[in-house]
Amino acid sequence: MLSEKITSSHSIPFWRDIRVLRVIGQVLFLLIIAAGIWWLLNNLQMNLKTAGLNIGFRFLKNTAGFPISEGLRYNPTDVNAYAFWVGIVNTIRVAVIGIVLATVIGIVVGVARLSSNWLVKKLAGIYVEVIRNIPLLVQLFFWYFAVMLTALPLVGDSIRLPGSIHLTRRGVYIPWATATESFSTWMFYVIGGLALAIIVYVLRRTQLKRAERPGFPIAWAGMVFILIAFAGWFLTSGNPLALTVPVLKKFNFTGGLWLSTSFTALLMGLSVYTGAFIAEIVRAGILAVSKGQIEAAKAVGLKRAQVLRLVVMPQALRVIIPPLTSQYLNLTKNSSLAILIGYYDLMNVGTTIFNQTGRAVEMILLIMASYLTMSLLTSLLMNYYNRRMKLVER
Amino acid sequence: MNDNQQIVHTVKEQLRPPIERIPVFRWLKENLFSSWLNVILTVVSTALIVTVVFGLLKWALGARWEVIPANLKLLLVGTYPVEYLWRVWTTGYMIAFLLGFSGGSHGGLMRRVSTTAALISIVLAVLPFPWGTRGWLVGIAVAAAVGFGLGYLGKGIRWCKRLEIAAWILSFPISLVLLNGVGGILPVIGRRTTWGFLLNLIGAVVGIGLSFPIGVLLALGRRSELPAVRWVCTAYIEIIRGVPLISLLFMASIMLQLLLPANIRPDLLIRAMMTVTAFSAAYMAENVRGGLQAIPRGQYEAASAVGLNKALITILIILPQALRLVIPAIVGQFISLFMDTTLFGFIAILELLNITRSIMGNIEWRGTIFELYVFIGIVFWILCYSMSYISRRMEKTLGVGER
Repeated sequence: MLSEKITSSHSIPFWRDIRVLRVIGQVLFLLIIAAGIWWLLNNLQMNLKTAGLNIGFRFLKNTAGFPISEGLRYNPTDVNAYAFWVGIVNTIRVAVIGIVLATVIGIVVGVARLSSNWLVKKLAGIYVEVIRNIPLLVQLFFWYFAVMLTALPLVGDSIRLPGSIHLTRRGVYIPWATATESFSTWMFYVIGGLALAIIVYVLRRTQLKRAERPGFPIAWAGMVFILIAFAGWFLTSGNPLALTVPVLKKFNFTGGLWLSTSFTALLMGLSVYTGAFIAEIVRAGILAVSKGQIEAAKAVGLKRAQVLRLVVMPQALRVIIPPLTSQYLNLTKNSSLAILIGYYDLMNVGTTIFNQTGRAVEMILLIMASYLTMSLLTSLLMNYYNRRMKLVER
Repeated sequence: MNDNQQIVHTVKEQLRPPIERIPVFRWLKENLFSSWLNVILTVVSTALIVTVVFGLLKWALGARWEVIPANLKLLLVGTYPVEYLWRVWTTGYMIAFLLGFSGGSHGGLMRRVSTTAALISIVLAVLPFPWGTRGWLVGIAVAAAVGFGLGYLGKGIRWCKRLEIAAWILSFPISLVLLNGVGGILPVIGRRTTWGFLLNLIGAVVGIGLSFPIGVLLALGRRSELPAVRWVCTAYIEIIRGVPLISLLFMASIMLQLLLPANIRPDLLIRAMMTVTAFSAAYMAENVRGGLQAIPRGQYEAASAVGLNKALITILIILPQALRLVIPAIVGQFISLFMDTTLFGFIAILELLNITRSIMGNIEWRGTIFELYVFIGIVFWILCYSMSYISRRMEKTLGVGER
């Protein structure tokens, strides 16, 4: 009662009223920030004026005129905007494959570090400690200049790995499936199967929820999808996908898929490097599940697989996912080092466009906006997944 | 209280379990051949180790290692003028002296770090360097020893401790002035030279040192009750953390001069340092925020119950505790920033990694690519691994995980 009286009375002058002060403080703060930004922009304008430049994105519609040797189908006669898009797709390509590889390496090494086998444990430990403490760029240069361009043989006498994979100084050649004419027919089955799988997933999930039983609706959906896709494969006349194997012709390989030296080096470097960090995260996550939990689960009568699935994994994942997200983001951002080993990612294409057009401000804005969007999308996706894991746990 | 601790100690000591002597055979069976799967794993990893080690040995014995000593000066300090090299050594002496002083007065981890540094310099002095270099190296150990002695004498004296902290803080600008020079007194080195590995060190130290105050302010701003402050700080942190360092360096190399008035045209090195500071500040802010979040609410409540206002609570109660907690995280950040300085090569600054290109361009050293990269890898590995070891030890002594 008393305090109410004091605040409502007009005895406090406005310059000592905390509410007024807070508003004034914030307005002042914003003014200072705005003045700083205005100063920078003003300088920018003056500098551009003296250089006879202006800001605008019309140059994106001009012909790019430089070659990009990999990624989407592209001609030097295409416009700058498309060239930049090719760069973005290349970044996403190396980031997605890198994330998958790094996760596999990370899980294997992380589990190996907890192995009961002394030798395996030590090996995994050495891998993590060596890789984590050497700069990524040194590792990338090592993979690119030393391994890909120096240690590997010329195309003529390539190193053959089982499964007709060829390692050469010009890149890596792997067998690859290419679409034939009947591919589009098969795609109908695939899309239909996907739709049906989603329906099955939703139905099964609501059913399980109503019955309050744990289960794997995703397994049901996956089964439906695979069945329909397989059925479609046999129902379509002719094989929708044909496997082509790289074959050495006169000077080079034909058929199969060509992975450029810089792509391979970048992929190896990024996944080996990030894998070491993920291994530590996985190890910490598994160690974070207390022994009592596992013992209690066993005491209740759960089987080994059930203990892992229902008790250990949900709790470990809760610890693992947030740092894992930041590792995925790191990998995506680190893929920008591609520019230093000549892979055409968005940073590389962006700086090339800058060199051709001299549009510094616009290109930097575009590059940063692209990375920010990718970071945002990844963290949104992982946050969604994280929230789901939390719900499962409760 | 002291007595109680003593008692606890002795009880612990008495109850220490007896060391079990495990026969070799049993150890092997338990750790390598406990199951069929383990047998297979052991065989596979032994094969792996044998191939890798043999391959490495075969290569290392035939490698042209002479490329390293022949270019050592270029790699480490670039084209830093030989007549001014004493300035680099003097900086080293100062750091060694301070390390020794702290080691002498604190003991524990600090003592081990300073003795290790002195030992390393003695070991290096035994290696076949030119006699002048050997003399300087011995000097490092001497400086550390003198510092150690003084620190040991000054142990527990209050003003000694204050002097130590002040000296550490002052060593930062003094080193920069010594290394780069200052108009009128010491000739300025600046961009007349390529700095080599020295630049990686300076870049990381400057980045962490300058970003620390900014990072603390940003962290406080992000936790502020004023929405405007909070939004601006959060936006800065998230934008910087969302883009790769290389894009910021690109911006520094081509766009920063467009944002400044026509009469201010900072040198490329300065711009690189500004970028590293701006970049590192965002990560520093997140580290400090982690520390701030670890402080229990009771601390705030108790401090305000005593009658402190918000600013005083932050400065006197919260920050001292929070910053102590984040020291290991800052060391971790230093390590990654140190490794990130290799990216300077992207904007044509000749740091350690980029300087190797000019060596490989030399016809005499063609084909020494493996040797150079392995050398760089080893240099970084030794420094980063020892720093991360120190930070892990610190985590234990500071008891970060125990809150």
